[in-house]
Amino acid sequence: MIKENIEAWDGFEGRIWKKEINVRDFIQKNYRPYDGDESFLEGPTEATDKLWGIVQKLQKEERAKGGVLDMETKVVSGLTAYGAGYISEEDKDLEKIVGLQTDKPLKRAFMPFGGIKMAEQACEAYGYTPDPELHKIFNEYVTTHNQGVFDAYTPEMKSVRHNKIITGLPDTYGRGRIVGDYRRVALYGIDYLIEQKKKDFNNTGDGTMTEDVIRLREEISKQIKALNGMKEMAKIYGYDISQPAKNAHEAVQWLYFGYLAAIKTQNGAAMSVGRVSTFLDIYIQRDLDKGIITEKEAQELIDHLVMKFRIVKFARITSYNQLFSGDPVWATLEVAGIGVDGRSMVTKNDFRFLHTLENMGPSPEPNMTVLYSSALPDNFKKYASKISINTSSVQYENDDVMKPYWGDDYSICCCVSATQTGKEMQFFGARANLAKCLLYAINGGVDAKTHEQCGPMMRPITSEYLDYYEVMDKFDKMMDWLASTYVNALNLIHYMHDKYFYEAAEMALIDTDVRRTFATGIAGFSHVVDSLSAIKYAKVKTIRDADGNVIHFKTEGDFPRYGNDDDRADDIAVWLLGTFLDKIKKHHTYRNSEPTTSILTITSNVVYGKATADLPDGRLAGEPLAPGANPSYGAEKNGLLASLNSVAKLPYHWALDGISNTQTINPEALGHTPQERIDNLVQVMDGYFDKGAHHLNVNVFGTEKLIDAMEHPEKEEYANFTIRVSGYAVKFIDLTREQQLDVISRTCHATL
Amino acid sequence: MNENIDFDITGNVSKLESFGLVDGPGVRFVVFLSGCNMRCKFCHNPETWSGKGEQWTAKKLFEHIRRYKDYWKKNGGITVSGGEPLLQMPFVKALFTLAKKENIHTAIDTSGQPFGSSADWMSEFEQLAEVTDLFILDIKDMNPEGHKALTGFDNANIVEMARWLSDHGKKMWIRHVLVPGITDREEDLIALHDFISTLKTVERAEILPYHTFAIPKWEELGIEYPLKDVPVPTEDEIKRAEDIINKK
Repeated sequence: MIKENIEAWDGFEGRIWKKEINVRDFIQKNYRPYDGDESFLEGPTEATDKLWGIVQKLQKEERAKGGVLDMETKVVSGLTAYGAGYISEEDKDLEKIVGLQTDKPLKRAFMPFGGIKMAEQACEAYGYTPDPELHKIFNEYVTTHNQGVFDAYTPEMKSVRHNKIITGLPDTYGRGRIVGDYRRVALYGIDYLIEQKKKDFNNTGDGTMTEDVIRLREEISKQIKALNGMKEMAKIYGYDISQPAKNAHEAVQWLYFGYLAAIKTQNGAAMSVGRVSTFLDIYIQRDLDKGIITEKEAQELIDHLVMKFRIVKFARITSYNQLFSGDPVWATLEVAGIGVDGRSMVTKNDFRFLHTLENMGPSPEPNMTVLYSSALPDNFKKYASKISINTSSVQYENDDVMKPYWGDDYSICCCVSATQTGKEMQFFGARANLAKCLLYAINGGVDAKTHEQCGPMMRPITSEYLDYYEVMDKFDKMMDWLASTYVNALNLIHYMHDKYFYEAAEMALIDTDVRRTFATGIAGFSHVVDSLSAIKYAKVKTIRDADGNVIHFKTEGDFPRYGNDDDRADDIAVWLLGTFLDKIKKHHTYRNSEPTTSILTITSNVVYGKATADLPDGRLAGEPLAPGANPSYGAEKNGLLASLNSVAKLPYHWALDGISNTQTINPEALGHTPQERIDNLVQVMDGYFDKGAHHLNVNVFGTEKLIDAMEHPEKEEYANFTIRVSGYAVKFIDLTREQQLDVISRTCHATL
Repeated sequence: MNENIDFDITGNVSKLESFGLVDGPGVRFVVFLSGCNMRCKFCHNPETWSGKGEQWTAKKLFEHIRRYKDYWKKNGGITVSGGEPLLQMPFVKALFTLAKKENIHTAIDTSGQPFGSSADWMSEFEQLAEVTDLFILDIKDMNPEGHKALTGFDNANIVEMARWLSDHGKKMWIRHVLVPGITDREEDLIALHDFISTLKTVERAEILPYHTFAIPKWEELGIEYPLKDVPVPTEDEIKRAEDIINKK
């Protein structure tokens, strides 16, 4: 048991958090809301400028080498696999916050537990040769996650994968989406966390060794090992993290060690940081009050922490990069939000985190997320709006709709999905392509692209013109099949992930009695809505190939489209979401997790589009699908707010995993003066989120800039040109040309 | 005053834009009406010339626009543009009367060309002015001949309208489209400045830089674009014009 009045906690209020692990209680009892403006902020220190200069030089080399600077080929990644690594060996004393994934910055670790084949392919794709000994070990002696999954897959699961009606399944890479409560390391120190886990271990089950109990006991043992490993890892850098952090510097460093443990042991698609801003402010404020640090030093700590989040890297295979373009890691980090008691959770530190985008320029990582409410302090809203306008690096999520489900201490665990910090984990589930599902319904389960009988052999539609009710009836049944196959594939994948690639370091920082959600997703959303609307309100003629499969459509007459605040189309959208979720919910989900769904596609809308044939809404085969919950290209006829209103109609509680919306606004169209632009953007967000919408990516730039950046990526000004895409931010020049063209072709809202 | 207003009167609408941030204060819902007499060489909505449009009753349109109220909480409202809104005054009056009942800010973006055509017209206009919070008046050229060459009309009644608004205490923004080599002569900009300084209710005088985004619309309509080789103004040119017309 920890002593209650230890020095590290001097000056901190509250009781409950001292009796149990309860970071939320600590925050609520101790944070100091700030409703002032940004005038207190400080610029970068010399050390920050110097270190960031080194990182930028390395990033340039990385790009010049085709996207990877260096790769490990011999050492298997782990907590203590390497000695201490620094951004620069010579200038290591400048680094206030230390710790790298490997021994060198931007060097990618070798992580074979997700799948040895993928780890090897990732090396080979960039001209590296992995050690043959590792090949032998991970093929002959060790089962990887990927091996486990393919040992158990059914032919049907392989077929839906191969035909790409379900894409991006986490069977070749880490599932990610688990946010350890890294704050615990700072607040309690590792020894107390171990003590608590040991207590849980002893309280697991009543002595009857059921499978669940055995598995949990094994998992807790792994967690305790990981906690001990974290201590060892910190020791390599000269720190003892067994005890609570005593000051702001230690708090930031301890917290980062927690996160570093996660990214040394897992290569999940999303490795989020979580809601750390308000928590760290308590430590910083205490030191500021005591006069131990200055504002300049406080900003430096945050800048250096953020610098570390900016250089997280994983080795990926080509097909992964096509799905998730631009090397994202979703080091998602939240600021702002409103507490359950109604107090704003904005602190000075929330300004400091946004300010890193000024001190070190725009950047895709960490995936900076503002938990928005129109009730946030005006000064903060305006500052966030200003940063968005200047950097296009911020996303906004509606705290008002998330708080009722996740409380006031949730984190964002991927691009947009909320998760209770330290109390929950997610089974990430990629996406089902409902646009393809609609085509399967029309063609009796035959894939129009591959001509394979992928879906069940249902009776196809044979009429020349599509009948709305006939299509709906068949689509409903085809969705039943898809939902079933999808959920079962995910059940199998997550069973294997738990078994062969368990996230011990992250789970060690989460309550043992964990809430689990099962996060499915929808792709092709807007196209299905518009296609059904076309079938309902216009006349859709089918054009068939020699085998009688419909491969083209000719749509005669006009029809309402999603994205114009037209209820005729938007009601179909609401119906589609609700129906698919109901079908998912029917099935058993692994470890009794709670099924949720999402409408977000990341940049994978391009890859999904390639695998999808012509659609009744006029989208041609191979063209990208609209990303996330965005309306289709060219569908929006009445401007941005009409489009936002359509998206805002989708009930968040039917898509608790998130509804992502990405919009680009031309700066000239946003107002005449910088101040007007800031105020207008705040008004747009107030209006949108007050309507109950979930998420908005805000980009502010003109199409000309995108075209110029595509043609002249070498220009200095574009080196860090960051844009928001569906669910994350990316350096524009790191996208494939195809994806760049896709971004350019999307509606840029510019009413002049 | 409301008893005599027909809220079921139809308007001829070219386009609805939910997101207008430069046509009036704050966030605006912009109704582009169809139909205009002028034939400005740089017109960016030539599709409104034909007068083809969608028919909306004032009541139905207002119900639709209300969906955007959430976006205007601090600053914003409805702007009617065109085309030429003053060619459909009874409709605009009905729409704005509904808006004013809910305290929504109303603005008209006009060229002023139909102003003062008859006594009846003026009486209708006075009623419209009562429910209009802001007039955004385009003065294309202070030089009467230049104005005629550019738009097909003299500017006398446009200048007169500005005076009327000033005399009646109606707030206005004055706008001038800056076309290099055509509407950027120094003496004309100074004349515009001098004219503006005689007006009492001007809240803002703006330069709108000429742009070429409308050329595809002209091409689509099959109308020869008269300013084909005219460049867009440079930032320096814009700044210079802004400084002239806003000189204190």
